Amino acid sequence: MNDAPQIKPPPKAKSTLRSRLAAVWDSDLAWNFRHSPVAIAAATTTLLIFIAAFLAPWIAPQNAFDPGAVRLDDGFLKPLEVGSTGITHVFGTDSQGRDLLSAILYGTRVSLIVGFASVGFSMVLGVSLGLIAGFVGGRVDALIMRVADVQLSFPAILIALLVFGVGRGLIHPTQHERMAVIVLIIAIGLSHWAQYARTVRGATLVERNKEYVQAARVMGRTSGAIMGSHVLPNVIGPVLVIATINLALAVIEEATLSFLGVGVPPTQPSLGTLIRVGQQFLFSGERWILFFPAAALIILALAVNLLGDWLRDALNPRLK
Amino acid sequence: MIAYILKSVGQAILVLVVVAALAFSMFRFIGDPVANMAGQEASQQDRRELAERLGLNDPVPIQFARFLANAAFGEFGMSYRQGRKVSALIAERMPATVELAVLSALLATGFGTLLGVYTAIRRNSWGAHIVMGISLIGVSLPTFLIGIGLIYLFAVELKWLPSFGRGETVKLGWWTTGLLTPSGRASLIMPVLTLGFFQLTLIMRLVRAQMLETLRTDYVKFARARGLPESRIQFRHALRNTLVPVVTIAGLQLGSVIAFAIITESVFQWPGLGALFVQAVQFVDIPVMAAYLMFVAVVFVVVNLIVDLTYVLLDPRLKSSTAVVGGGK
Repeated sequence: MNDAPQIKPPPKAKSTLRSRLAAVWDSDLAWNFRHSPVAIAAATTTLLIFIAAFLAPWIAPQNAFDPGAVRLDDGFLKPLEVGSTGITHVFGTDSQGRDLLSAILYGTRVSLIVGFASVGFSMVLGVSLGLIAGFVGGRVDALIMRVADVQLSFPAILIALLVFGVGRGLIHPTQHERMAVIVLIIAIGLSHWAQYARTVRGATLVERNKEYVQAARVMGRTSGAIMGSHVLPNVIGPVLVIATINLALAVIEEATLSFLGVGVPPTQPSLGTLIRVGQQFLFSGERWILFFPAAALIILALAVNLLGDWLRDALNPRLK
Repeated sequence: MIAYILKSVGQAILVLVVVAALAFSMFRFIGDPVANMAGQEASQQDRRELAERLGLNDPVPIQFARFLANAAFGEFGMSYRQGRKVSALIAERMPATVELAVLSALLATGFGTLLGVYTAIRRNSWGAHIVMGISLIGVSLPTFLIGIGLIYLFAVELKWLPSFGRGETVKLGWWTTGLLTPSGRASLIMPVLTLGFFQLTLIMRLVRAQMLETLRTDYVKFARARGLPESRIQFRHALRNTLVPVVTIAGLQLGSVIAFAIITESVFQWPGLGALFVQAVQFVDIPVMAAYLMFVAVVFVVVNLIVDLTYVLLDPRLKSSTAVVGGGK
């Protein structure tokens, strides 16, 4: 955004023998990265959050998903107070006596798992449909792109809510809790595929008339094989940029759905669920129950967003 | 020109029919309408009669035609959960949402344009940098957190504004409005700010980018060379040409304002359509979900259509080409 990537100075005429690692270190992207303080800060923060979240079962003071580990008489402890189990609750506890730091670590993990899984799902779906649309063309192309157009004109959150509602309708009520995370992943994934499909279709249209595709055809390879092993590697670049930006969107979307009460069940809270719960104590004075999960979500969303923005600008050939 | 209008209208109708088919298949194939409406202790006989009365034994195309005909009059059957007509529920809650959406769209367009012009003209001033910084945060923060932040500041700490509901409303025929009472107006402030903020930042950035581009054009340079006062150049010559795309985006935004209202309404317990929809999703109340889907589709299609048509009127270059504007976000 504001920190447009700087222009790389002409390479110095130095040794021609470089190891692979040095080549990576010297690449445009890495050079750009080293010279963008925002990118370094965002990447460091993102990495720290990822590590802390995925190590939650080992570093969290308490198992936040285990009702047995929580003592009800430890409820509403202020930050830095020591509970009856001997744990210092750095961020305090909630109404159930759950250690908030642990809840945030576990909650971030849930948010990230849903985020990564739904990005993966929408990427696979969007890339396949985009490949098919671009490669097959004709009516199939028109149909897929028309659906994508209509979907892109509706906000993602609305589509995710609809898919979530339909998904719940199709599943037996007793399975709701167990299936909630999967339904959530599908709902968020389905609301973002169109962007990938559009990008990949455009790239595929360029690729499909190139000689290597014709050569593969002459050799008698099937359409599926040509798409999968020849065209796909050539169109995947922009997809990864979209995926990074979409990770931030997916995390926010998950938080929003959980905040609305249609996301993950309260027994396995994500950041959005924690904020929803914390909001109830805003007026009674226990502000930390809301404050810390909200701060965690803001930092996570901001860091991934800035990283995605930087990556988009750095890989955009027009800005070079 | 006429071909272009016909094409736009045709596409709009096509989209509506497709969305109606989606809504119909949700209604028909998810869950069992009879089981939902008859209740637990209905006999086999009752169920068969109910299915007959609902026309569930007719061929699917006939059912779809009947669904379309009913939908055209705003009828979507009974809510599974509330046991009332969906059309009545929608009519009751529509004024709250429309009031919220229109006010925040006005706020976003007005202040967005002003701030956009300001940040473009005083590009390197401190004020412009601060505004741009805040807008960056606004783009990346989830709407519900902004709402909670406002509640914390103005309702919990300062105790200036109510934190939920519409306050007192006045009935004007079937329409209810909160604009005529002090408590109604006070209740509107925070939801409108929350809903308008994202749109505001978007429009502001757009106006700024357009304005910067326009200020570089030859006719602006020419106006300067003629010795016209700077303010006259900026507001009479540059801003006018900036506004064409802004009108488009603002129009298209009205659709997404209605959808974002879902979140805002939930944060502030605003008794509008969005809150109704979230409840419907929680309880799998399919008729309400189907009706809301159709409502949003109609709003989107109508707004898109109007924007398509005004664009032709505003930009004569489009009259000859068949380029279709739209797509939204």
